[in-house]
Amino acid sequence: MIRVRSDDHPALRDPASSGRVFFVGLFVLAIWQMARLTEFDLLGLFAAFTDPAPRNFLLGFFPPAHSVAFLTLALVETWRTVAIATCGMFIAGLIGLPIAILLTRVLSLSAMGRPQRGGAVFSSFLRRVLRSLMVFLRSVPELIWALLLVRVVGLGPTAGVLAIAISYSGMLGKVYAEIFESVDPLPTLSLLNQGASRLQAFAFGLLPQCSDELISYSVYRWECAIRSSVILGFVGAGGLGQQMDLSMKMFAGDEVCTLLILFVLLVAFADWASQALRKAWE
Amino acid sequence: MNARLLALFFLFVLIIASFVSLDLHFLVFFETDSVQSMGRFLLEFMHPDLEPQFILKVWYASLETIAMSALSTLIAAFLGLLIAFKASGVRPLLNVLRAVPELVWASLLLIAVGLGPFAGTLALALHTTGVLGRLYLEAIENQTDGPACALRAAGASSAQVFFFARLPQALPQLVSYTVYRWENNIRAAAVLGVVGAGGLGQMLSFHLGLFQMNKAATVIAATLILVALVDSVSDMIRRHLG
Repeated sequence: MIRVRSDDHPALRDPASSGRVFFVGLFVLAIWQMARLTEFDLLGLFAAFTDPAPRNFLLGFFPPAHSVAFLTLALVETWRTVAIATCGMFIAGLIGLPIAILLTRVLSLSAMGRPQRGGAVFSSFLRRVLRSLMVFLRSVPELIWALLLVRVVGLGPTAGVLAIAISYSGMLGKVYAEIFESVDPLPTLSLLNQGASRLQAFAFGLLPQCSDELISYSVYRWECAIRSSVILGFVGAGGLGQQMDLSMKMFAGDEVCTLLILFVLLVAFADWASQALRKAWE
Repeated sequence: MNARLLALFFLFVLIIASFVSLDLHFLVFFETDSVQSMGRFLLEFMHPDLEPQFILKVWYASLETIAMSALSTLIAAFLGLLIAFKASGVRPLLNVLRAVPELVWASLLLIAVGLGPFAGTLALALHTTGVLGRLYLEAIENQTDGPACALRAAGASSAQVFFFARLPQALPQLVSYTVYRWENNIRAAAVLGVVGAGGLGQMLSFHLGLFQMNKAATVIAATLILVALVDSVSDMIRRHLG
């Protein structure tokens, strides 16, 4: 009889061990490759804090900048951030709403057999073009829109407003159309059947059913737009973000600290305001 | 009804005040100078740089973007686990980490570690730690104590309780949160670089700064492809699971 050492016995060996070793090896290799690609260097991070510039920057955070002149400037920039978001959202709504109406199948005259100039083929083609335009508008990140627009219209709030208007109109167009399709189509269809125009059917059949949801969703998006408009400032699109970028480039830790506090307060305020506004429509 | 009128009035005033206070100049789109330069931009945009050498560079930047997002998510998941199981007292710190957007973290870190993907990776890791830490904490707090108590009563050590009761119980939820955040981070990493924090974004802002629109067009196309790819893969996975 052959004696089998206990750890050699097939029943005692882990059947999954070779696979496990393989996957751990693969995982380690992947992490090593990723660390190389991202120039990962923890020692460099610690070394950075012995450098005078970053250290003084951090030490400067306390106390936050609180001179009257700077606070006034910061508050003005905070308002500009809100204003950029509001203007951007408003324009986005102006673009998104008509497109959503065009996209809504319930309002389609050709689909219900009423004779149209151009006919059904043309209108379904137009709908497809609009739909892909919307997809394109919202799939380019708003930061990239801002970066491009800053080159065209120059530094300042105009680029920020347009970037928000463009990327949010794509989003609003899609969501508004979804809201229109989700309500009861009968009132709209009966209006259309009796010879109402598309706009009449929309205003008296469709809109009354979903105006609350439209406003509520738009206010929620406005809150999101405030957060994005701070970010857009970093590429030069005006507002709080642009001021933060400037202060960082001047290594003014105290100013950055004040601006960060203002940013957090602004986000909390937008959150509160949007909830209060939406409650009015519940 | 009064509340609605009040809310509408507030929105109306807000919109008017916003348009009045900002010095917007949309007329720039109707001036001959800017129309000409825009036309030139667009023309160059229509001819993206497709030379193999440049494509290779864009490919490398895309890999860098994916590596940034994956590594930062991994770090955040590790730190999040640590916090959720061992240091639930740092909850206020998590709120701070989460409240500051990735891009702001990135530009703060640029001061400490300089330009490049390392700053972007750390920025994503910090923000994601805030998000995942909180989600993990909630997942752990909501789990039942039964299995852990049973092991404890049978004499298991605290490490054993962690590995055989707490972790397996929460794992499916933790994994789904983490994958969802990774998906978010790929999208964030693609644009984070515009402040100089590596990846496709850094390349884009570099070439836009030099007004090389054809190269910028290639980078934007790569960004869109990457984001679309992530979207469709995550859609597929979700349909597979749901």
